Amino acid sequence: MSQRVFVTGIGIISGIGNNVEETLQSLKEKKSGVTDIKYLETNHKGTIPVSEVKLSEEELIERANLPKGEPYTRATLIGIIAANEAVKNAQITDMAEYKTGLISGTTVGGMDKSEMFYKDLLSTTNHIEYIETHDCGDSTERIADYIGVKDFVSTTSTACSSAANSMILGTRMIKNGMLDRVIAGGIESLTKYHMNGFNTLMILDREQCKPFDENRQGLNLGEGAAFLVLESEEMVKKSGKKVLAELTGYGNSCEAFHQTASTPEGKGAYAAMKEAIDRSGLKPEDIDYVNAHGTGTENNDLSEGRAIENIFGDNIPKVSSTKSYTGHTTSAAGGVEAVISVLTLQHNMIFPNLNFKTQMKDLKFKPVTELLENVKVDHVLSNSFGFGGNNSALIFSRY
Amino acid sequence: MEVYIKGIGNISPQNTTDPNVFLDDIINHETDFLLSVEPKYKEYINPIQLRRMSKLIKMGIASSKICLKDAGIEQPGAIITGTGLGLVGDTEKFLNQVLDFNEEFLTPTAFIQSTHNTISGQVAIALKCFNYNNTYSHRGFSFESALLDGMLLVENKDADDVLVGGFDEITQEHHSIIKKTRWVKKETINSLELLDHKTQGTIVGEGVSFFALTGKKSDANYAKIQDIKTIYKPKDNQEIETKIDEFLAKNNLTKDDIDLVLLGLNGNVDTDDVYYHLADNYFNTNYAYFKHLSGDYHTVGSFALWFAANTIKHQKVPEVARFRKENFTEKPIKNVLVYNHFREVDHSLFLLTQ
Repeated sequence: MSQRVFVTGIGIISGIGNNVEETLQSLKEKKSGVTDIKYLETNHKGTIPVSEVKLSEEELIERANLPKGEPYTRATLIGIIAANEAVKNAQITDMAEYKTGLISGTTVGGMDKSEMFYKDLLSTTNHIEYIETHDCGDSTERIADYIGVKDFVSTTSTACSSAANSMILGTRMIKNGMLDRVIAGGIESLTKYHMNGFNTLMILDREQCKPFDENRQGLNLGEGAAFLVLESEEMVKKSGKKVLAELTGYGNSCEAFHQTASTPEGKGAYAAMKEAIDRSGLKPEDIDYVNAHGTGTENNDLSEGRAIENIFGDNIPKVSSTKSYTGHTTSAAGGVEAVISVLTLQHNMIFPNLNFKTQMKDLKFKPVTELLENVKVDHVLSNSFGFGGNNSALIFSRY
Repeated sequence: MEVYIKGIGNISPQNTTDPNVFLDDIINHETDFLLSVEPKYKEYINPIQLRRMSKLIKMGIASSKICLKDAGIEQPGAIITGTGLGLVGDTEKFLNQVLDFNEEFLTPTAFIQSTHNTISGQVAIALKCFNYNNTYSHRGFSFESALLDGMLLVENKDADDVLVGGFDEITQEHHSIIKKTRWVKKETINSLELLDHKTQGTIVGEGVSFFALTGKKSDANYAKIQDIKTIYKPKDNQEIETKIDEFLAKNNLTKDDIDLVLLGLNGNVDTDDVYYHLADNYFNTNYAYFKHLSGDYHTVGSFALWFAANTIKHQKVPEVARFRKENFTEKPIKNVLVYNHFREVDHSLFLLTQ
């Protein structure tokens, strides 16, 4: 348990860009991906805004250079594109050369096609090729086959902290010498299923979300996929390849409070952040920036905000929620925000929390609202909290 | 690894909820799919909560409590679950509402309960357990990933008394869909005659099994989990043999040291070949199988682990589960190897020792 774990590649696709470069550009230009629904077939078109990947499935298939007519779900397609970018970014040319794993997170899985064809599947033999694309493992295996991973595949499913938990397992497997490198992250496409689910909970903002704002009205759903290539210290020494960041800390804790709500004081959020900081060997004051879970719901931002205050006391680092750009990409969020955290370190920039106007009465701090350039960022804490009380936190540090 | 099974709670299509009994009376299922024998829930869950819970949540909480009681644990150091399809009943309920009522007039309960981490979350709420909590959903590696995670926590001393569970349920509606694939038998059979039906597909079952893992050695433990391994898409039987050789060698054993091999035979004429091959050409020992008792499902590995641990604890292989009966020889059961595969894609090995 002594090996350090490094990030050597990143890949991302979301509502603000189809790759890392486009994502960075949108982040710098304060360009949100949250708009009217274009691709998802739903009655909520025009009323509930979301952050969709701005490509049709035909375009995604073409971009990934996949054969037409195969049963690929939308989540699988964006997963393939993001994972492939991460692998290329890490300059991996021979996947079989070292023990490599793929750990992806998803909760909705292949529901986009299941809901499209469900009534047919019940009463006819049409579209039966989509029976086996429904489960969470399907996307992971298709991504693994595309990028050539064989040694280990797994899928985490802890709702909105899935991708963070993928990175945690990947890190632990590297530290234990079970794998040399892991491509870890998460994927999620928009579906009627979870959009309507979140809608029944009455936590969807009808406008662009306003994380940490006194008048916040809820979250915007988003879709996306993001992966990081994690490698052992030995691997990095051997190849001498460029390290983008070090994954120095992780924490996982359960709130054990309510299936869809967190305690007002953010007990689980506090425990996850505390564990991550303790594991990294850092002190709270070493953290320069918190990429918050910051969904924009009444409940999350209050409990997360209080947990941040409890961890950092009077010395609160810069905080922003980039969900104001990408929407809440649920299972992918931990991956999307890990990539953004790495970009923060690489470019010495902190990306703002869009749409913020009014300071929350219950909190002492307010988020970063303008792009900060040439700032000192050595350690970033990234939070991901899920439905069911699954709270995780990761720390990325400059190497 | 120094990881031991300290307690088990198993709800399955057989009578398995009493940890002191190991398959004394066998249930033959003559139905399309095998449903679990559910315990009297009021012993484990208060009646007000019970009314609001769907079947799998009830099974999850009851089986976790049976496990903790069996292990003598009040508060687990972590809760980790694996599931192939999650809460199928709740998913169907909400999906049908969305489709039938055109995205209107929906209520959240079924949606809230339909995420795969519902069981690990509900067990944590029931126990007020704030510790590490995780859920995996990856076909035939769902439970295996949870087990690997739990073993790592124990091994790294991140936690002890770790609760690891596998769960899946089958519903009439879901069965009607998967029956259209080549993985499920078209005909209804007597479950105990599973291997006599040389046809395509298997019989589908369900179950919830929780295990308490500890790093502390004790005579009260069921068995030691020496090691586990997942093998993704091996290209042929030869690669599987090689992987088994490597796996045993890593644990300072050879195939001749294995006293019992538990095989994942599921009666599918298309995919059982590898099990027959290993029994006839590779190993030379006693064999058992179990899917005629449990049915097949994504997390059936958890039923297999329960079975394997009990063969060591009780030092017996129930007659009904013996495979290649004619060559079965009575001997002490010290080393047990479980080999199972999910649709020839996700293969797994568990090595248990006394």
